[in-house]
Amino acid sequence: MSSKVIHAIYTDDDLLMQAVKQTREANYHIEEVYTPFPVHGLDKAMGLAPTRLAITSFLYGLVGLSVAISMMNFIMIQDWPQDIGGKPSFSFLENLPAFVPIMFELTVFFAAHLMVITFYMRSKLWPFKQAENPDVRTTDDHFLMEVSVGKHNVKDMSKFLSDTGALEVNLINK
Amino acid sequence: MIVGAIGLIYGFLSAPSSIEDVKEIIASHEAHGEGHAEAEQATHHVEGTHADESHAPVKEAHGEAAHGDEDAHAEHLLHQLQNKPWAATYVAAFFFFMIALGALAFYAIQYAAQAGWSPVLFRVMEAVTAYLLPGSIIMFILLALSGFHINHLFIWMDPEVVANDELIQGKSSYLNVPFFLIRAAIYIAGWNIFRYFLRKNSLKHDEVDHNRFYKKSFKLSAGFLVFFIVTESMMSWDWIMSLDPHWFSTLFGWYVFSSMFVSAITVIALVTMYLKSKGYLEYVNDSHIHDLAKFMFGISIFWTYLWFSQFMLIWYSNIPEEVTYFITRIEDYNLPFFGMVALNFIFPVLMLMNSDYKRINWFVVMTGIVILFGHYLDIYNMVMPATVGKSWFIGVPEISAILFFGGLFMFIVFNALTKAPLLAKRNPFIKESQHFHY
Repeated sequence: MSSKVIHAIYTDDDLLMQAVKQTREANYHIEEVYTPFPVHGLDKAMGLAPTRLAITSFLYGLVGLSVAISMMNFIMIQDWPQDIGGKPSFSFLENLPAFVPIMFELTVFFAAHLMVITFYMRSKLWPFKQAENPDVRTTDDHFLMEVSVGKHNVKDMSKFLSDTGALEVNLINK
Repeated sequence: MIVGAIGLIYGFLSAPSSIEDVKEIIASHEAHGEGHAEAEQATHHVEGTHADESHAPVKEAHGEAAHGDEDAHAEHLLHQLQNKPWAATYVAAFFFFMIALGALAFYAIQYAAQAGWSPVLFRVMEAVTAYLLPGSIIMFILLALSGFHINHLFIWMDPEVVANDELIQGKSSYLNVPFFLIRAAIYIAGWNIFRYFLRKNSLKHDEVDHNRFYKKSFKLSAGFLVFFIVTESMMSWDWIMSLDPHWFSTLFGWYVFSSMFVSAITVIALVTMYLKSKGYLEYVNDSHIHDLAKFMFGISIFWTYLWFSQFMLIWYSNIPEEVTYFITRIEDYNLPFFGMVALNFIFPVLMLMNSDYKRINWFVVMTGIVILFGHYLDIYNMVMPATVGKSWFIGVPEISAILFFGGLFMFIVFNALTKAPLLAKRNPFIKESQHFHY
């Protein structure tokens, strides 16, 4: 089944924001928006669900913290206790201050890296992946809004999109 | 219109200020309690000497077996107990004073950074700084009283102690009463002059049609921040660190600053939310609260970072003259010492971590109250071990001192709020601030 989409190209982010709002009000379905830089508030205007990345980040941080605690406990206390600076390490709690920097670092390390990896997986990005970008100009100074045609009249739609300030309106067969 | 706004604000403020008056009355009532407490200590002293005469086994407070001379110990304890109401007053006075000073620093940063989000909050910040003058005068009086040996908070001021202490002798070119008071006067005068002109410019700016006053404020703020960071550090050495004249920490100034800053931002947030809930500050929206809460969250973590940096290095190196500071705090002040870390770090981190919670007013208020309590304890932990030693207790003098200075603080702050319209309407960034949203 071939689905038709319309690509509307804008040259200004404010214009784009306005167009996104108008398009949604007119009950057209926006498939995707391609921008050369992050546009503030675009996700809200498009009606995207709020990101859950922060929650995963918190959980990853907890994982990192527990890894650090169990690692330090095994290495420094159970497996090979040493006397460092007159502080024999036979108890985790008594040596806790020395472990705090490592606990902190690993928490940050796990949270940051796993969050980035999660982000790549969720947005289906991997090394050597072909760009999905439909128009190279969106990497420079143009903004592209992809609207699915569905059962709407193509002519009405293109007229509507031109009125929202689009520089170009192209019908694409996907 | 301005007159209308002032009248309106005044009308509503007469209510809370009268409540504060009541509080103050209660507080001053309890200030009598302080006198009582002193009387109690006198009886305590009698008991102490009694114990000496009968050579009875020392009381539980005397637990330290190492103290051979019971007489000296009883005297020591007496001094600690005599110090207690003074120290309680000192802690509370310093706590509220530092909130005003921190608010001034925050305010100056907004100017110096030409921040666009905050001008709708400027009048609130200015009002919080209004306590700077009375607060710093009270501090100066307390310090002067110490200097004239009315109380014995600072042991290096005692000539007998200095005569037997080589370490303090070595520091006496810096730690001597006249120079100490001159320094205090310089800090206080400097801060208040900057505060006076910043406030004046801000008010005048609303009346005129050019930006010269704004530019002046910008330069003043930058100058103030330089002056502030030097004097604040020295103030923290003088007024707090010198309570333990043998001990030193190079990041102490920063540590006090972080405490001061987070308390001040919390107070700004609380006052803002209170006024907002009463229907004033129509331009303040969730995003402003969100930003203040972000600051509360961030500076709380900053405070923990400094606390831990100070603690860990001293703990690890275990050098006797440094580590005693923490040994007293852990052995004698275990609950407030570690409780404060929980209140000041774990609680705000978990409460304010979520972005949405920073927009829920009662959440921020609750966290703010806990943060303020935690930082009171922080100051308490800085001052008390050096002044009263093991005989600490949060009792009538401490609570009444908080109530008294808290009442005075709120009275002055809310009174200052009535003096000017709540919107700095001609600030060049006011438009941006009004439309600020995240």
